[in-house]
Amino acid sequence: MSTAATSLAMPAAPSVVDAARRRRQLIGVGILIVAACVLPFLVGNYRVFQLTLVLAYSIALLGLNMLTGYNGQISLGHGAFYAIGAYTAAILMDKAGMPYWMTIPIAGAVCMVAGFLFGLPALRLEGLYLALATFALGVAMPQILKHKSLEHWTGGVQGIVIVKPDAPEGLGLSQDQWLYFFTLAWVVVMFFVGWNLLRGRIGRAMVAIRDQPVAAQAMGVNTSLVKSLTFGVSALYTGVAGALGSIAIQFVAPDSFNIFLSITLVVGVVIGGLASISGAIYGAFFIQFIPNVADQISKAAPWAIYGIFLLAFMYAMPTGVAGFVRILRARLRR
Amino acid sequence: MTIVSLRPLRWLAASAALAVASLSPNVFAQAAKYGPGASATEIKLGQTMPYSGPASAYGTIGKLHQAYFKMINDNGGINGRKVNLISLDDGYSPPKTVEQVRRLVEQDEVLALFQTLGTPPNSAIHKYVNGKKVPHLLLATGATKWGDPKNFPWTMGFNLSYQSEGEIYAKWLLKTKPDAKVAILYQNDDYGKDVLKGVKDGLGAAGAKMIVKEATYEVTDPTVDSQIIALQGSGADTFINITTPKFGAQAVRKAWDSGWKPLHIINNVSASVGSVLIPAGLDKSVGLVTVQYYKDPNDPQWKDDPAMLEWRAFMGRYYKEGDPKDASNLYAYITAQTMVQILKQCGNDLTRENVMKQAASLKNFKSALLLPGMSMNTSPTDFFPIQQAQLAKFTGQLWQGFGDVISTGAQP
Amino acid sequence: MDQLIHQILSGLATGGIYASVALALVMIYQATHLVNFAQGELAMFATYLAWALIQAGVPYWGAFAITVVSAFVGGVLIERIIIRPVENAPILAVVIVFIALLVIFNSLAGWIFSYTIKPFPSPFPAEPLFGNSYVSSHELGSMAITLVVLLMLFVFFRYTPLGLAMRAAAQNPESSRLVGIRVGWMLALGWGLAAAIGAIAGMMVAPTVFLEPNMMGGILLYAFAGALLGGIDSPGGAVLGGFIVGVLENVVGAYVGTELKLTVALIVIVGVLVVRPSGLFGKVHVTRV
Repeated sequence: MSTAATSLAMPAAPSVVDAARRRRQLIGVGILIVAACVLPFLVGNYRVFQLTLVLAYSIALLGLNMLTGYNGQISLGHGAFYAIGAYTAAILMDKAGMPYWMTIPIAGAVCMVAGFLFGLPALRLEGLYLALATFALGVAMPQILKHKSLEHWTGGVQGIVIVKPDAPEGLGLSQDQWLYFFTLAWVVVMFFVGWNLLRGRIGRAMVAIRDQPVAAQAMGVNTSLVKSLTFGVSALYTGVAGALGSIAIQFVAPDSFNIFLSITLVVGVVIGGLASISGAIYGAFFIQFIPNVADQISKAAPWAIYGIFLLAFMYAMPTGVAGFVRILRARLRR
Repeated sequence: MTIVSLRPLRWLAASAALAVASLSPNVFAQAAKYGPGASATEIKLGQTMPYSGPASAYGTIGKLHQAYFKMINDNGGINGRKVNLISLDDGYSPPKTVEQVRRLVEQDEVLALFQTLGTPPNSAIHKYVNGKKVPHLLLATGATKWGDPKNFPWTMGFNLSYQSEGEIYAKWLLKTKPDAKVAILYQNDDYGKDVLKGVKDGLGAAGAKMIVKEATYEVTDPTVDSQIIALQGSGADTFINITTPKFGAQAVRKAWDSGWKPLHIINNVSASVGSVLIPAGLDKSVGLVTVQYYKDPNDPQWKDDPAMLEWRAFMGRYYKEGDPKDASNLYAYITAQTMVQILKQCGNDLTRENVMKQAASLKNFKSALLLPGMSMNTSPTDFFPIQQAQLAKFTGQLWQGFGDVISTGAQP
Repeated sequence: MDQLIHQILSGLATGGIYASVALALVMIYQATHLVNFAQGELAMFATYLAWALIQAGVPYWGAFAITVVSAFVGGVLIERIIIRPVENAPILAVVIVFIALLVIFNSLAGWIFSYTIKPFPSPFPAEPLFGNSYVSSHELGSMAITLVVLLMLFVFFRYTPLGLAMRAAAQNPESSRLVGIRVGWMLALGWGLAAAIGAIAGMMVAPTVFLEPNMMGGILLYAFAGALLGGIDSPGGAVLGGFIVGVLENVVGAYVGTELKLTVALIVIVGVLVVRPSGLFGKVHVTRV
């Protein structure tokens, strides 16, 4: 798979310099979180809503990045897991009357199982063939969701309307602000867990499988298990994102989750930066806001402008925004 | 020299005027009332349209609206105010629609939403706009749920309801061909299923016996040839074709090429001569039956019709890149005329409440592009502007209306 | 039984469409080891070019020839100008460039030519062969043209020095440079040929499905599936894969039901791939440790 990303992904060996760097990283993350907490009070509800979507996408992109960036398995169908997460949350809220906050972990669990099960037969497929298999999943998902047999649960083509949760009493927050903070909390949790996972043994196993699968196996890494698990975890993240996103939008319908969503997620991961955690955030901002920017620039052919943005980003930053930031930092340090 | 002060005189004149004014309030214009999005110089409307994505063929509707309002503004606007229609692309994707409509309501603060297109997109914002009390007018979809003033008092549809259309076909079949063996092709989405429901409801108990085969297709399918073959193979002698233009044309052509010559009913959305029948082949379209409620721009019988000539002049002057063969462009014109009528009726009270009130008070509003004998009516309990249609048969050249104008009556 | 034959024949006809587009995908793969997701949109755009020429009065075969040549030149230019900057970037970055091309060409076509469907003429007679009601002359003719193009490709790759050079450049760019092959131009040539094949495919497809900017979307999916099913590095396999996918789609639709047609067809394809991961006729790659 990609060779350029290798050098960017391997965590360095522990050292004194590293401890200082770690502290700097923590401070940086802390500042980011504080900024994220202040933001919703500075902008209107509409922007808060958009930012909530960015947060949800960033979780999905982290999930996909784990699979594609760190583990080298291409998925063109992650929109399907986003859909499963979204529908799980919607069905639980609509049919089982479950409170919204309980649906998120369940959506994640359901998607983990789905992802793992899909990852098992996909073990035999490499590169392009895996891409096709996941592409097939992404294309077929709307049709599956529309099927008569599931209609009672999914609402068929009419979809399901979700009731927007209210902020808890006494906090003085609007619904949008509350949802933002709720999603932000999940972002912090998921990113922290993901960061630990990728830093540790499993993360190294994932990267090893990506770069030298045969050598990894020879060293005792259970490639089948790690690959399937990665699929599962990646699906879990995307499912959680789907659930959070659908609560923000308050509506799920089969055609909201078509193949273009899967392609958009891949675009987000690559533009953000493969094999990078911060890349998920950059990517999420891109896929949420650039289409709007393109629309402003040209009413006649907005997607052509979007395509030009894609080209520009890929020419200037082939390793994504995160990769570019890394290069910049390295240059500045010299 | 004493300077006579005119001030007391002026004061006297002013109070006299005030007294006269208070005696006859109707002589002088009411003080203007403005809600969000309206002012003495401007009326802001908002809409989402699929300018990209699978339904992008309907993007021309939004473009025609822009052209129409430009024409209105060139001629002085409505009651002296210019109309500013903010039209955003949602790619027919409900999440995007939610985002764009929230922007229109919360950031751009439009007076009303006009002709937001598509059933899933509108379903996504249905509750939101009613919660925010924004007039959600003349939706560009025929789903039946848009005419529910009791539960959703701010939403009003426009199109002839899809279920009503299906029922018209069903009742006509029951009357003229009760022993028909019916095959149905429908698009596997809310639109297709809505018409199908109308057909089945209209056929009632007889439906179980009459419908011998159903087939669906997705908009991502390249052709519907396989479905047509399967439907033909069922031995049906009647074919109800519930499709969108591209697939409607494919179905018409394949049926004919396969030697299948059923009684072929095609739904209104796919009945455009220019967008469907000409590509399919006019000779292969002879005998098609549909319902219509507005004039087809390709229909030779309206060649010298004054309303049609006016529309063509408009297209040539304001919307040159629009396709004069595309019936969507005529449909969009009628909807724009209706919106202008509603705004005119508002006079100087441009609050959201009054806009809704006027929208629910259309009395026999006739757009000359509707079929003769048809007009639009709404009331606080009737949120379906279009409730009439006429069956028509294709002669190979034009759609020949037959039978009476059918009124579909108020729907739940 | 008659139904089955009819569905199979119709499936072969649609399969012919998939096969021709699959051929363009394979062509690109053979030359660059990448699958170009924008192939469908490039083909569609080329077909619009042909349409515009025909509207302007150019006779069919003249427009055909001009379009194929223009597509070839266009493909070469796209490779040299747009793909070249990311030649050494990670694979996924190139995929994004493909997606960008897809979106740009689709949007441009809609903007320039509008979204209403347009009929596209067929060079073949309107009357079906022997008056049969199963396949039209056009469908038979397109299948024939696809097979002719396939044969030409086969001869080109197998027996001409240029074809050999192209295959070498794709398989082992470093060694090829060492023996004097201009690898960059081989890639460009590959793109040009793929674009030309795509244009032919588009012009064969448009009369059946009607010309509109989104015409290739669904087809590309099935063509991709067919190409992989047959083996992405085997042109013959890809064509066969296209036909198989067409028949499979029709038969599944007719006997399992149209509501799950897409899902079942794709499950079957993926199932085959799990059993034979390189496709039916693809070469199995053995990697050195």
